[in-house]
Amino acid sequence: MVKRIVAVAALLLAGCGSTTASPTTGVNGEITVFAAASLTESFTELGKEFEAAHPGTKVTFNFAGSSALAQQINKGAPADVFASAAPANMKQVTDTGAITATPATFAKNTLQIAVPEGNPGKVTGLADFAKADLKIALCAEQVPCGAAAKKVFEAAKITAAPDTLEQDVKAVLTKVSLGEVDAALVYRTDVKANDKVEGVDFAEADKAVNDYPIALIAKAPNAAAAQAFVDYVLSGEGRKVLTEAGFAAP
Amino acid sequence: MTLHAELRVHRAGFALELDLAIEPGEVVALLGPNGAGKTTALRALAGLLPGSHIRTEESTWDKLPAEKRPIGVVFQDYLLFATMSALDNVAFGLRARGTRKAEANEIARHWLAQVGLAEFAKAKPRTLSGGQAQRVALARALATSPELLLLDEPLAALDASTRLRVRSDLGRHLQHYPGHTLLVTHDPLDAMVLADRIVILEDGRVVQQGTPREVVRQPRTDYVAHLVGLNFYRGVAEGTEVRLDDGGTLTIAEPAQGPVHVVFPPSAVSLYPDKPAGSPRNTWQAIVSGIEQHAHTTRVDLAGNPAVLADITTATVAELRLQPGDTLWVSLKATEIHTYPR
Amino acid sequence: MRSRLPVVLVLPAVIGLAFLLVPLAGLLVEAPWATLPAQLFSAEVGQALRLSLLCASLATIVCLVLGVPLAWLLARSDLPGRGLLRALVTVPLVLPPVVGGVALLLVLGRRGLVGQYLDQWFGVSLPFTTAGVVLAEAFVAMPFLVISVEGAFRAADPRYEEAAATLGASRWLTFRRVTLPSVMPGVVAGTVLCWARALGEFGATITFAGNFPGKTTTMPLAVYLALETDPDAAIVLSIVLLLVSVAVLAGLRDRWIRA
Repeated sequence: MVKRIVAVAALLLAGCGSTTASPTTGVNGEITVFAAASLTESFTELGKEFEAAHPGTKVTFNFAGSSALAQQINKGAPADVFASAAPANMKQVTDTGAITATPATFAKNTLQIAVPEGNPGKVTGLADFAKADLKIALCAEQVPCGAAAKKVFEAAKITAAPDTLEQDVKAVLTKVSLGEVDAALVYRTDVKANDKVEGVDFAEADKAVNDYPIALIAKAPNAAAAQAFVDYVLSGEGRKVLTEAGFAAP
Repeated sequence: MTLHAELRVHRAGFALELDLAIEPGEVVALLGPNGAGKTTALRALAGLLPGSHIRTEESTWDKLPAEKRPIGVVFQDYLLFATMSALDNVAFGLRARGTRKAEANEIARHWLAQVGLAEFAKAKPRTLSGGQAQRVALARALATSPELLLLDEPLAALDASTRLRVRSDLGRHLQHYPGHTLLVTHDPLDAMVLADRIVILEDGRVVQQGTPREVVRQPRTDYVAHLVGLNFYRGVAEGTEVRLDDGGTLTIAEPAQGPVHVVFPPSAVSLYPDKPAGSPRNTWQAIVSGIEQHAHTTRVDLAGNPAVLADITTATVAELRLQPGDTLWVSLKATEIHTYPR
Repeated sequence: MRSRLPVVLVLPAVIGLAFLLVPLAGLLVEAPWATLPAQLFSAEVGQALRLSLLCASLATIVCLVLGVPLAWLLARSDLPGRGLLRALVTVPLVLPPVVGGVALLLVLGRRGLVGQYLDQWFGVSLPFTTAGVVLAEAFVAMPFLVISVEGAFRAADPRYEEAAATLGASRWLTFRRVTLPSVMPGVVAGTVLCWARALGEFGATITFAGNFPGKTTTMPLAVYLALETDPDAAIVLSIVLLLVSVAVLAGLRDRWIRA
């Protein structure tokens, strides 16, 4: 285990809400970021840029479902930063006091209809999800993308006829990309990251806007570098990477 | 009707060439040392190995797989089916050949009674003694009334005291069995007691065959002579003199001419510390190379010209104070020596 | 008198037992016992449990029907490349189950190598159906049965089959009455392993058959999804699954031992 060096001076920087990340002295060592699975591509990229901007730092990620991460943090996992895909999971952590800082929303994600290449089911909108002859995949209601899907169907007054309620977005995408289902509801960022599926926009998407909160963990082993990372995510550079991935600005 | 079998099995480093004719009701023993091909012959007859040519007056079996041949086999370790009762084991062959269950069970019960195991019908094989298991195996083989009964070392797995009784039981059953029987064994006593005719197999070939009496009296190979416990030599006779191939000369009582086998029992040999005087026509010096205690006699192995086995009494051993390496005089009466043409 | 057990064996044995049982104890300690009865008799749990037992049992039957002859073939035939075949049979053991599920989709899915014809010719689509669950579970569980039964076939003395042949039994009768009974302990052990593996199957099932209550949501899927929002409920569901499987296995074991 690498021994983390906490630079006391760096603590003074905490709270300096600069919108541009300028190279800071005293930020170094290793930090561990627990981030929602949907952030895998964008945060990996952000991590590299952060390491380049702050020589001497090393960012390690643990990507998983937000609720699993929340539980790990509550059980005392040695993490520095938590980036959740839903405020609800962030709340699980602030409720127990594992996070005391006020979480900041760094990105928004909306749903999009995902169809296999060529759109064999000729899906044009949310109404197609009620068709019994189409194979439909949704996320299970217990996971954020499923909860969001439920919201948009309620708003559109459509009773969806899903064939399967998947455990996460990746599982949904697998089934879309293999052509096993004709349509699915996933996040816009997921469609963007997967070149085997196509996205179809629909009007009710803004009824379920998903906020991504980020916060420093109370017992962060390397609080200085962790805060620098949080700031970087919220900065203009961070914004650029996230927008490229399909996230909307908060 | 006679059963003719021509067995030709060739494998790496081994060839079996065996012609057999077995009369109905006849028990033929296939006797030979380990590796002679006895079990191979039995498996070929049973259809478990390719390469057998078998015909009776009615049919040939060449193309028949084991399950189509009218045979019964008693295996060396019986191979009773462990998950079935004794009765089911005996009934198995009948059921496999299409006999209805009730009838098969009745016949099986009859056979179990025949071998004296009526009350063991429900017993599982592992609860039976060796002798009982052997009798169940015999009943199982006979229950289908096979034309050819094959017995593979049927007594080898039994201890000495059980063997005696089981052997005589087996002999009784074989006497009543009307089909052809082939008994494979390496035990000369089994062959002598149970068989009408003995076929001796060495290295995949028949070296001698005949009734037990003929085989005992006139062995034709060292192996057979050893089995029946005789001193055995090859030689050339000229009147009452036989020059032995491996050295030495013996004087015989009945004149003969040409190549002969020479045999005499070890009990006919006497040993003396000094050259004996008097009637015996054959005396020669030999060195003790081995001493082996048998039940009532001592067998002495002597190196000399010729080498010889002698059975002497324990009293004589004590008197001579025999030690390996001792030089003794061997004496043998000419009338004890039996010769027959090669 | 019994000889004393050597400590070099007893110590690791006790550690091994603890290693297996302590996580179980953890579940039991953490369980919210108060809500257990309510969960146990809730409609969803009942549905998932019934579906789990049904699918695991059907998958086990599929494995028996296909796996026992396969084990026999691997043990007894002189096929060329038998060693390779034997290794390939264990692939589902090594494969992460999710990958197994994807592989099944690639073959039997709606656009899969075989699945597209099933769909075109017969209108049969296996993903997202209960049959799909059975298939996914059978795929993952079959190696357990095959390996265990093959070992038993190899240990069985083929001379008993020869003895049966000399008594006039056909190959099939010999297999049924002689070979199979003699490998029964191996078959029972394999069946138990196979059933238990099928009952706990998650990855291949959710990937190939998806998750829909009453149709494809088995207990492990229900547990996984409950874990997302309500870890307590997940623990309760796990305990229910555990109790039922232990009860079934213990019951079967007694039966077999008596038989």
